[in-house]
Amino acid sequence: MIPHLWNDLEGTFFPESALDYMPESRLREVQLQRLRAVIALSYEKVQLFRERMEAKGLKPADVRQLADVCQLPFLVKTDLRDTYPYGLFTVPMSEVVRVHASSGTTGKPIVVGYTAQDMEVWKQVIMRTLYAAGFSRGDIVQNMYGYGLFTGGLGLHGGLEGIGATVIPISGGNSERQIMVMKDFGVTAICGTPSYFIHLIETAQKMGIDFKRDLKVKRGVFGAEPWSDQMRQYIESTSGVQAFDIYGLSEIIGPGVGAECECQDGLHIFEDHFLAEIVDPKTLEPVPDGTEGELVITTLSKQAMPVIRYRTRDITAFETSCCRCGRTCRRIRRISRRSDDMLIIRGVNVYPSQIETALLKTEASLPHYLIVLTRKDGLDQLEVRVEITGGMLSDNVGAMEQLQKRFSRSIEQITGLHATVTLAQPGSITRSEGKAKRLLDQREIPN
Amino acid sequence: MKIRQISIFLENRPGSLSALCRTLADAGVNLSTLMLSEAGEFGLLRIIASDADKAQTVVEKAGYAATTSEVVAIQVPDKPGGLAAVLTALDSHQIPVEYMYAFAQRSGRDAIMIFRFGDLDRAIAALKEAGFGVCGAIDLF
Repeated sequence: MIPHLWNDLEGTFFPESALDYMPESRLREVQLQRLRAVIALSYEKVQLFRERMEAKGLKPADVRQLADVCQLPFLVKTDLRDTYPYGLFTVPMSEVVRVHASSGTTGKPIVVGYTAQDMEVWKQVIMRTLYAAGFSRGDIVQNMYGYGLFTGGLGLHGGLEGIGATVIPISGGNSERQIMVMKDFGVTAICGTPSYFIHLIETAQKMGIDFKRDLKVKRGVFGAEPWSDQMRQYIESTSGVQAFDIYGLSEIIGPGVGAECECQDGLHIFEDHFLAEIVDPKTLEPVPDGTEGELVITTLSKQAMPVIRYRTRDITAFETSCCRCGRTCRRIRRISRRSDDMLIIRGVNVYPSQIETALLKTEASLPHYLIVLTRKDGLDQLEVRVEITGGMLSDNVGAMEQLQKRFSRSIEQITGLHATVTLAQPGSITRSEGKAKRLLDQREIPN
Repeated sequence: MKIRQISIFLENRPGSLSALCRTLADAGVNLSTLMLSEAGEFGLLRIIASDADKAQTVVEKAGYAATTSEVVAIQVPDKPGGLAAVLTALDSHQIPVEYMYAFAQRSGRDAIMIFRFGDLDRAIAALKEAGFGVCGAIDLF
């Protein structure tokens, strides 16, 4: 594809996005032909995949239609660790032009690789993401995703250059400088994690800068961590920045697996490159459309490191209606939680997002909070530390105790667990420069 | 007639009050009076400063959660039954007191008490009617 024909420059529809609107029958045809090719490639080059296929008595030729993907073996995160660093690569290193790695909290990181063509595909899906969010040439974009081994920064960077935006590769951190650059460089759009941006909104307030009055930022693409519609409302109402969700993960390609369009109602998966399934995380059987389950993705065009049936651990559901924007590629609901985020507290399954919902039900905007788990006399104790803001404060101690009780009651209603709510001073909970840290689990794990 | 009071949220742990006082001191804010109410692991510090605007800016810039409310400074006769007489005047109009505390300075022979009411105007009217002095900011600072 030739980027930026001169006669497209002033337009509002960009040819890269045309693939979002493919007739569905053609889309499925493209998916099947690419699926068969990627399975043949993996079977030939990746020992782990071949062995698992053989164990199931399957040959690449057994995949005749898209539905046959259900019979293929899954790939999980530990497989990427076990084959560290290059065990899932299908091409010689001379073909690999880029590697990224995810931060390993325990032990070795996971490594992913890209051929030159993979880089082009990545750029294309990011361009489609940005166009869907209303970015275009002429935007001055502050990219606050981390640059380096993390796929966020450089991933967005490629697509931003692709659409011809002016990129400020500032990376994360140094909040006051971020605001200064936003103001002085006339930034019109931003990319980053939503929790860091909320932190920046607070920083701007402290600096006496009013986002709506003093800055020109109109839109932002936010991702790399689950965030809620309430967080979006908070961002949009306090900063005036229209906030779009982006989905992706390093194991698949990085950011750019799916993105929200102007309707902000679920994320379109770029299905010509990624085959999405949703399965029951326990039985691993597909669930009917509209039902929640774990998202499983197969890359259809990746060369250096194709992954087949990767279990993302992200919980979502397919949207069953057609999107008003007219795109034909299917949408998933925004990721609210991960199957491995689940906490078991006194035997009850709790997701941090439930605590967030409970806090939002009590207060209109989401306060900073931290879930602290301890164990006393063999029993799990759930404490939620909530930072007070001026807006929540009353000069009446009784009213503050009432607020504490309302938080506690709301958490109990949603999770079924008693929680001790502790009110904390603003800024006392550590702010993240990247992904939000919401949990401090101090329980000793019994052997 | 009404005095601005700033209420600040503090965690109940060693050093949190002194940190706030240091912040105010560094900014040259003088506290006229204050009251600390504690409730378990947190407390509310209510302060009255001659320069309320400055005090509020300093506190908020330092990142504290703070809110302002209006209170009334009443001259209470400094003799047995002085406070009882003030409260009787309020009771006769069924005006409840939300909370109260002493002002650190005197006004002539009277003590000054800070009162917080749900309806300040009604309380001021009732006290004046009963002949009690209500201090404005000019009288206090």
